[in-house]
Amino acid sequence: MKESKRSPGSEWLKNHPRLLELAYDSSKVLLKRFYPLLKRVNQRATERFMIWSEKRVKGYTFNCQMCGQCILHSTGMTCPMNCPKNLRNGPCGGVRANGHCEVIPEMPCVWVQAFERSQMMGAYSHEIKLLQPPVNRQLQDGSSWINMLEGVDQQTPPGWTPVKDLTD
Amino acid sequence: MHKNGQFDLPDVNRLSHLPQAPTDPTQPIRANSRLERVLRSGRFAVTAELNAPDSADPEDVYKNALVLAEVCDAINATDGSGANCHMSSLACCALLTRAGYEPVLQISCRDRNRIAIQGDILGAAALGIKNVMCLTGDDVTAGDQPEAKRVFDFDCMHLLHTARIMRDRGVFLSGRAITTKPRLFLGAAANPFVPPFDWRPQRLAKKIEAGADFIQTQYCFDMPRLHQYMQRVRDLGLHEKVFILVGVGPLRSEKVAEFMRTKVPGVWIPDPVVERLAQTPQKQKAEVGKQICIELIQQIRQIEGVHGVHIMAYRQEKTVAEIVQRAGLLPRARVRAETRAPIPSALVES
Repeated sequence: MKESKRSPGSEWLKNHPRLLELAYDSSKVLLKRFYPLLKRVNQRATERFMIWSEKRVKGYTFNCQMCGQCILHSTGMTCPMNCPKNLRNGPCGGVRANGHCEVIPEMPCVWVQAFERSQMMGAYSHEIKLLQPPVNRQLQDGSSWINMLEGVDQQTPPGWTPVKDLTD
Repeated sequence: MHKNGQFDLPDVNRLSHLPQAPTDPTQPIRANSRLERVLRSGRFAVTAELNAPDSADPEDVYKNALVLAEVCDAINATDGSGANCHMSSLACCALLTRAGYEPVLQISCRDRNRIAIQGDILGAAALGIKNVMCLTGDDVTAGDQPEAKRVFDFDCMHLLHTARIMRDRGVFLSGRAITTKPRLFLGAAANPFVPPFDWRPQRLAKKIEAGADFIQTQYCFDMPRLHQYMQRVRDLGLHEKVFILVGVGPLRSEKVAEFMRTKVPGVWIPDPVVERLAQTPQKQKAEVGKQICIELIQQIRQIEGVHGVHIMAYRQEKTVAEIVQRAGLLPRARVRAETRAPIPSALVES
């Protein structure tokens, strides 16, 4: 599909990041409780169900690209994978004067929106400042919920060193 | 250490009222490149952009470099600027080091994945390249082959931090050891002139955290915006952690200005600048364009926390030289380049 024709997801929901933050926190609690049970019943079916529902729920809300390592709560509930350059750490230098994307002129820059929305958030608003590690492309099209619960999305490349561990 | 020690430079090159450099002596030397030494010495640095030729002839690189090398401390070799094909940055830099010039390698994330990037970083260090500029890169749609596949496996922060890990820890991202660490002075870009303005200084902070030692900004034509940005940068104390070189360049006419602000991603030119050029008689437009650039440089030099200028002028090397001279930035310190590729010990006659 031509990029400019992509649906941006639900603007109304995304413009209420507090609401989404609440939804994120509560679904995390629910998933944490029920996932081990579901997994024991049928792991394969659970995974398929998760991917199916994630595609629909997050696809509708965020135009989720199924990168499998969701950082929505750190990026003002705006999906960074919607950025044509897949940037995970903030806007490029090509943002237009009207705040639109360099690549798709009719689309507002994902990161301009992400920044504005992150300021509206509560507990996670500071997380937009964090240095996000490179994307693990092997997780593409998997369930980020499962990856979160299994801790897979927290794994960074072995050599990737947090800033605090790099001494001058 | 310096052939013409820093003391016989004219006063204009040592603005004593501005402690320009993060001169903290405990700060480690990154690569001891000429650019790094100039910046650490507190001099106002000048870098310029070399337009990579559409040619396989090394002479075409040297022809341009010869003009620029006289007037600047380091030469940036662009990496497919504007997503158009030119000689690769790595090749240009390799040619420049052979001739004893001081290059800045530009690596963009548009065309290479993490495997190629890490290989290029090692290769660059082996070729004697010490300054590496880490960029996201213009999108493929900005260039003349918009049908190309965009890579963007990394973003510029990943690239910066990976280069830093390779330098400081001596490992690849996989954790595999590098036997000789690359010594690099790491650069990054900043664009204070496009939205989201409030976030731009924070983004600079993130780049410093990721590993940036120096910053070269996008074209500056908007002084009030730069002042605002630098105020925030100083409030955050960032000017003490990184060397900032502000990008400037001459505009030949209002048509060029109009083209740049509409077609070149990330370039912001306010209306008064374009109007000033439009109101100038045809024959004097180029001269006024230079004049604007010189005025900007002079204003930029007065800003606390700015450590140099980065001059970009597409295929106008001689104009760059003239601007540097007229802006009173000559002579450049004759800090001898030590960036020649090391000669394999087996070839050195004992």
